[in-house]
Amino acid sequence: MYQAFLVKYGEIGLKGNNRHIFENALKNRIMDSLRPLGEYIVVREQGRIFVECPKGYDYEDTIEALGRVFGVTGFCPVKVVETTDWETVKQATGDFVEEMYPQKNFTFKVAAKRADKHYPITSPEVCAKVGEYLLSRFSELSVDVHAPQEVITVEIRNRAYIYSKVLAGPGGMPVGTAGKAMLLLSGGIDSPVAGYMISKRGVAIEATYFHAPPYTSDRAKEKVVDLARIVSRYTGPIRLNIVNFTDIQLAIYEKCPHEELTIIMRRYMMRIAEHFANKSDCLGMITGESIGQVASQTMHSLLTTNAVCELPVYRPLIGMDKVEIIDIAQKIGTFETSILPYEDCCTIFVAKHPVTKPILSVIEKSEELLADVIDDLMREAIETTEVIEVKA
Amino acid sequence: MEAYLDNSATTKINDDVLALMERVYREDFGNPSSRHKKGMEAERYIKTAKEQIAATLKCKPEEIFFTSGGTESNNMALIGTALANKRSGMHIITTSFEHPSVYEPMFFLEELGFRVTYLAPGPEGTVTVDALKEALCEDTILVSVMAVNNEVGAVQDITALGAAVKEYNPAILFHVDAIQAYGKFRIYPKRQNIDLLSVSAHKLHGPKGCGFLYVREKTKIKPILHGGGQQKGMRSGTENVPGVAGLGLSAELANKDIESVQEHLFELKKYFAEGLAKLPDVTVHLVDNKDGTPVGAEEWEKRLRKTAPHIMSVGFAGVRSEVLLHALEEKGIYVSSGSACSSNHPAVSGTLKAIDVKKELLDATVRFSFCKDTTKEELEYTLSVLKELLPQLRRFWRK
Repeated sequence: MYQAFLVKYGEIGLKGNNRHIFENALKNRIMDSLRPLGEYIVVREQGRIFVECPKGYDYEDTIEALGRVFGVTGFCPVKVVETTDWETVKQATGDFVEEMYPQKNFTFKVAAKRADKHYPITSPEVCAKVGEYLLSRFSELSVDVHAPQEVITVEIRNRAYIYSKVLAGPGGMPVGTAGKAMLLLSGGIDSPVAGYMISKRGVAIEATYFHAPPYTSDRAKEKVVDLARIVSRYTGPIRLNIVNFTDIQLAIYEKCPHEELTIIMRRYMMRIAEHFANKSDCLGMITGESIGQVASQTMHSLLTTNAVCELPVYRPLIGMDKVEIIDIAQKIGTFETSILPYEDCCTIFVAKHPVTKPILSVIEKSEELLADVIDDLMREAIETTEVIEVKA
Repeated sequence: MEAYLDNSATTKINDDVLALMERVYREDFGNPSSRHKKGMEAERYIKTAKEQIAATLKCKPEEIFFTSGGTESNNMALIGTALANKRSGMHIITTSFEHPSVYEPMFFLEELGFRVTYLAPGPEGTVTVDALKEALCEDTILVSVMAVNNEVGAVQDITALGAAVKEYNPAILFHVDAIQAYGKFRIYPKRQNIDLLSVSAHKLHGPKGCGFLYVREKTKIKPILHGGGQQKGMRSGTENVPGVAGLGLSAELANKDIESVQEHLFELKKYFAEGLAKLPDVTVHLVDNKDGTPVGAEEWEKRLRKTAPHIMSVGFAGVRSEVLLHALEEKGIYVSSGSACSSNHPAVSGTLKAIDVKKELLDATVRFSFCKDTTKEELEYTLSVLKELLPQLRRFWRK
């Protein structure tokens, strides 16, 4: 008898002719996620994915890793019995209950599936006999066929599979099945969550961070790398572009009206991020914006910053409140890092009263004040960008 | 070029100290409490370190207790004596610009019911004997004063303060946080009426995680760490033998020629201050006049000598200290904004406020701290970098 996991996937199963592409991607993502933990065998058979753990493995680590793979809606810890010998299967079902349930005062029923139709015992008989055996072995158990607390499933194939609990997966689609997008990653709470949410729909992630030394410290940069690493536990490796934005920021500060600083700055950030997005064949960009959260995220501001991009900008947090975003940040493990107190570049060059309803034509006019220097500064920023490959 | 000017945060370890520690780690790794030969060998290092330190303080080796560093030494001194002497009184006196490892234990003692008086220093950064005398009362059991302030280098007249304490009541204990002072000044506890003295090794080119507390014999003090009864039950826990050995040697080395090191540091400081004076809108705290009016040459040098020779706190109007720090860092120059222990704290430096620094400089002050290995070339380089950087960083100064 050894341990395995039966992986359940929701909407992938509904795909038509492309289904095998999604299933193969899911299988590969599961293998990527488990690879650092040791040797596992991942097999796709008859419309489902099995993860077998033939060698020594850590139950908690495995569950955590599977729980991070997008596309997995749930997974069951399974005991695999290598023979279908009836007495052994019965005995193993008992051992399974012994191990999985420290408290045995629950109601149950047995469900049986028989892929091997030549098996001498029919499905109803398997249910009845296993049930009887469990009742005799654990006196506290009782049967309830209509509303059982636990359903113990026994599947007879070329081997026997016993399982009951279903652990929740993150859902979504396997990363890589939907193309790639460029995440504008800051050190804050929102952008890592935004990256997580879009990636959950099968999107691979690349990221761009704007660094402004000496106004932001190397610790702030390290924090962003740490955040990317946490997000990459879900999304797979992230290429992180670290753009030195200081000179552009100073030029804006020097030449443009102060209340428009943030908006103009964000427009240049979008332009640079889009440059890298196009270079790596991204199909869109991702930001952590949410309507009205700060001055630069009013609908007027969003319209103004959006105007510089040709690629679609995905904003998965757009309708969410801060508390809802924080909930997800805590769940995915980025929150504690996000709230470390290093200044990011947005907090230093802030006007006392930033414009909250910018008008596109006015902002475009202000940007003309940069005309003599901005092309060189943009080129310089792009050329000096540092690239880090981040993986968990 | 690289210039490490953050020696009050920590110093680079001395090669001989490191070699000694490595030998202890690799060869003489025994537990000093073990009864066998390996244990005895280890114990010998502890004994030697105590003797080395005792020689620098002119005290007895039995009066030295090893700790995990300055913070533990201060906690042990303050909490240990307050608890042991609370029947004699519940009043403690300290200053309002101590290191957190003093004022946090004070807050803790207040929670336990002790009353603490915080003496404010004058604008020169010193607490006067008169202010201390006024605060002393029948209920006073302990006075704690930092010999050299870590942020601005203000030096207290420990001898006079100690004398005043003992004149009022010899039973009152006098604790001195000498973490920035030991190895830079001669300190003799007996002569200066010091009952407890805290020292940290890594400020002396020694190892991190190691320090000592001098406790004058017969001082009533309770341990704060309880366990296996090491160090006469005063500080349980297996001794950090390599650290202690390293501390002993670094203490000996640091006290070898204090006078010439002092003079070397003063020369550096004077050179640096003269260079800074040529830059616009720069204020050396505790030396330059707060209103920017010039100081006479004689008075200027006198003030320069009055502060610690290795610490300079400098305000750069119109430049945020955090930004200047990172800009200098890009040029290989390492400094602190305020004290390294508290610079993560969002509040501006308490010390700077205490010495009445102008509001606009509270967030625009950087600490340069030197050591015996600091060279004139490093300072020359730093001055040239500052000359180049300041106008750039002040480009957007909204006066």
